[in-house]
Amino acid sequence: MSAQPLLSIRDLSVAFTQGGAESLAVDHVSFDIAKGETLALVGESGSGKSVSALSVLKLLPYPSASHPSGEIRFDGKDLMALGEKDLRRVRGNKITMIFQEPMTSLNPLHTIEQQIVEVLSLHQGMRDEQARARTLELLNEVGIREPEKRLGAYPHQLSGGQRQRVMIAMALANEPELLIADEPTTALDVTVQAQILELLARLKQKNGMSMLFITHDLGIVRKIADRVCVMTKGKIVETGPTKEIFDNPQHEYTRHLLAAEPKGKPPAPDPDARPVMIGEQVKVWFPIKQGFFRKVVDHVKAVDGIDVTVRAGQTLGVVGESGSGKTTLGLALARMISSKGEIRFDGRDIDKLSFNAMRPLRRELQIVFQDPYGSLSPRMSVAEIIEEGLRIHEPKLGADARDGRVVDALNEVGLDPATRFRYPHEFSGGQRQRIAIARAMVLNPKFVMLDEPTSALDMSVQAQVVDLLRGLQARHDLAYLFISHDLKVVRALANDVIVMRNGRIVEAGPADQIFGNPQTDYTRALISAAFRIETAPSGAVNE
Amino acid sequence: MSDVQLKAAVETQREEVGARPVKRPWLSPLNKRRWANFKANRRGYWSLWIFLALFVLTLFSEFIANDKPIIVSYKGEILFPVLVAYPEEKFGGFYAVTDYRDPVIRDEIEANGWMIWPPIRYSYRTVNNAVPEAAPSRPSWQYDVKTRCAQYPEGENDPDCIVGNWNWLGTDDQARDVLARVIYGFRVSVLFGLILTLGSAVIGVSAGAIQGYFGGWVDLLFQRFIEIWSAIPVLYLLLIVAAVLPPGFFILLGLMLLFSWVAFVGVVRAEFLRARNFEYVNAARALGVPNRTIIFRHLLPNAMVATLTFLPFILNGSISTLTSLDFLGFGLPPGSASLGELLKQGQRNLNAPWLGIAGFVTLSIMLSLLIFVGEATRDAFDPRKTFK
Repeated sequence: MSAQPLLSIRDLSVAFTQGGAESLAVDHVSFDIAKGETLALVGESGSGKSVSALSVLKLLPYPSASHPSGEIRFDGKDLMALGEKDLRRVRGNKITMIFQEPMTSLNPLHTIEQQIVEVLSLHQGMRDEQARARTLELLNEVGIREPEKRLGAYPHQLSGGQRQRVMIAMALANEPELLIADEPTTALDVTVQAQILELLARLKQKNGMSMLFITHDLGIVRKIADRVCVMTKGKIVETGPTKEIFDNPQHEYTRHLLAAEPKGKPPAPDPDARPVMIGEQVKVWFPIKQGFFRKVVDHVKAVDGIDVTVRAGQTLGVVGESGSGKTTLGLALARMISSKGEIRFDGRDIDKLSFNAMRPLRRELQIVFQDPYGSLSPRMSVAEIIEEGLRIHEPKLGADARDGRVVDALNEVGLDPATRFRYPHEFSGGQRQRIAIARAMVLNPKFVMLDEPTSALDMSVQAQVVDLLRGLQARHDLAYLFISHDLKVVRALANDVIVMRNGRIVEAGPADQIFGNPQTDYTRALISAAFRIETAPSGAVNE
Repeated sequence: MSDVQLKAAVETQREEVGARPVKRPWLSPLNKRRWANFKANRRGYWSLWIFLALFVLTLFSEFIANDKPIIVSYKGEILFPVLVAYPEEKFGGFYAVTDYRDPVIRDEIEANGWMIWPPIRYSYRTVNNAVPEAAPSRPSWQYDVKTRCAQYPEGENDPDCIVGNWNWLGTDDQARDVLARVIYGFRVSVLFGLILTLGSAVIGVSAGAIQGYFGGWVDLLFQRFIEIWSAIPVLYLLLIVAAVLPPGFFILLGLMLLFSWVAFVGVVRAEFLRARNFEYVNAARALGVPNRTIIFRHLLPNAMVATLTFLPFILNGSISTLTSLDFLGFGLPPGSASLGELLKQGQRNLNAPWLGIAGFVTLSIMLSLLIFVGEATRDAFDPRKTFK
């Protein structure tokens, strides 16, 4: 480590003003990054880690954001004192950023080549042939195969991992001294995440740059970071070398984070339990239409002949990469989209029932959605959200009785019933997911489809929600169809697992067997990516 | 949490809830923030109050400008000529309708009781028989007492030579009081605009909602229908219909309504197309909520933001349309209080500038107030707007 750090932040505070009130998002934060070092900023959502990183390049929404105090020194220069023009010379040149969502951070109307060349011409004045050659070199470097063919591609023609690779290529175009990576892998599949992390580590090594890595995932930190800053509520509570932090955490919050991994065991497999939901040869094919008369020329086989059985009191986990058809399978079983093949629910054939004929069954067949921010209507109070189903399925229930049921449901998911007159935006992500679970539970269902219920939540909240779900299952003998790409959560919740790829089952069986002794390369790749963040040999998984 | 703990927690929470029932606030926090944003736009906020004051005042035009007294005490009987049409025989005459401005009737009532007049003793169609010079005559305050009352039988000493008989803004070319016509005209314009806007909103929002929610063929056919429908030239149609049907407030309203609802469809349809894939709409479907309820409870509030933002501007458009039709002579029947007609008179009588000025000032104040309110509404519903 050299004597003078590359980036040095002292006493940085960030305040946001809204409606006259000022709230402090970052509170007197200090840290240094040495040349060639990777510093990880770890914390849960709302801890101020992204805001700290964005203020390095002054990318916050000024003037509603302001810096009451602080100093940012980069390579000896005070970035706080620089004007907009000088700052632009630093942005994208000396310091570059990659963001979480590669789809929205690339311009959908420009080709890959145009976007990378723009960065090159802006800061280095490269033109035409020279810029094109450099673009190819960069794309090669970030591991995009056949870059010549990809130059003219638009962002939507690339997969999530490829888009993130393009983002990295843009960030590396000017050989920056510091790369700020803001949750660069959160939106990606675990397998792709492992590939991207490996790429970042390799490039950092090769170019000798420093990296500020922002994440909420401790597994990634352990893999990639030299030093760690743990942030909570706008403050850095602990700083130290990665190994030290993991082996000997000093602060209570760090220990809490480390202990946050989902634990516990799923219910014991019981092959004799009553089957609640049976699907046989379930197929969901979306037609591809072409020509003037919209003739069906082919199908996208989202789900292609899958057999599932979900038993009372048991959990069937469905895992696979994104696009493998997990959610489509769940929606087909819940009869939210049309499908072919036999679906039996509680002894009744439901695959031919119309939407209206399904209505009485809906109360026993509930869904909890992935995004707790999107799945609750922002204009309805919590009580209204939870009682909506009751109004339909038990119309004779009086107002008092209904309120009692709402209170019971909120108690059951561990929320204070006094909060039922508030609106969803007043709750945190975990609390919102509890509300969504209460909405399903108030109807006393037999079968619940859980569509990635934990993936939008912070690590420690995930564990709580998993515990809650397991408790509810034991108490009410519920059958769960648990859809997730997060194998850690699946291991804690599911006793049977099916592994899906491209609409087909790759492997199915008891969870212990799948996790302990995976039979296929694909499953092995998923497991090693999820638990050890390691990449698989090429070809086993998507890019 | 173990079961025992949970039970204990439930018990305590039940008690707490029972002890202090949480009352739901009248405005949701979101609407509170919107109202605060609306108020933060001072110009729009004051415009709203000024407009509401003017609107409520003109709703009671009959009590402000009328050729009938508000209350009459006649031979010990209290009468309300504003509300009830008394035949003249009640006061010893023989016409079917009483002309309270007639000196004979006036003297008869004054002799046997009293009457309270509105501040302006002209209705929008009352012809002033005592204009100081050939109509259109100037505003009364531009004459001295002698000229002003020259046409009354007893001149300056006539009991009719009082402020209540002034023509504050002069008279038009049929010797009708301009101020009275402006007051009534304001009311007619705003009411026409409001009814037309609300009517179009109801039809347009329903049509947009159905298209956006169901999509597919419904959407496709309806959209083509709207394209054809909106290609019909409204003005020609109005001309043709005016030749067949007698022109009137409601016929005009109905005709305009046939075409003006189209303005809302696009924005509501787009909002529904976007929102029908929201996860909470899917969640409601998964609960078995019927389509009707989903539309009203989950989707309509989303579309309302766009609709409400549009509303003041459409209202303005409706008022301008009515005025321009009146100006062209295809609007309200002759004799109605209408600002467009006033403008037309102003254009015909360039020697009487008070006509054009009165019409112009009234219209521009009304339309500006509404635009300011509209801007404030737009601010209020803008989620990214932050005020310091």
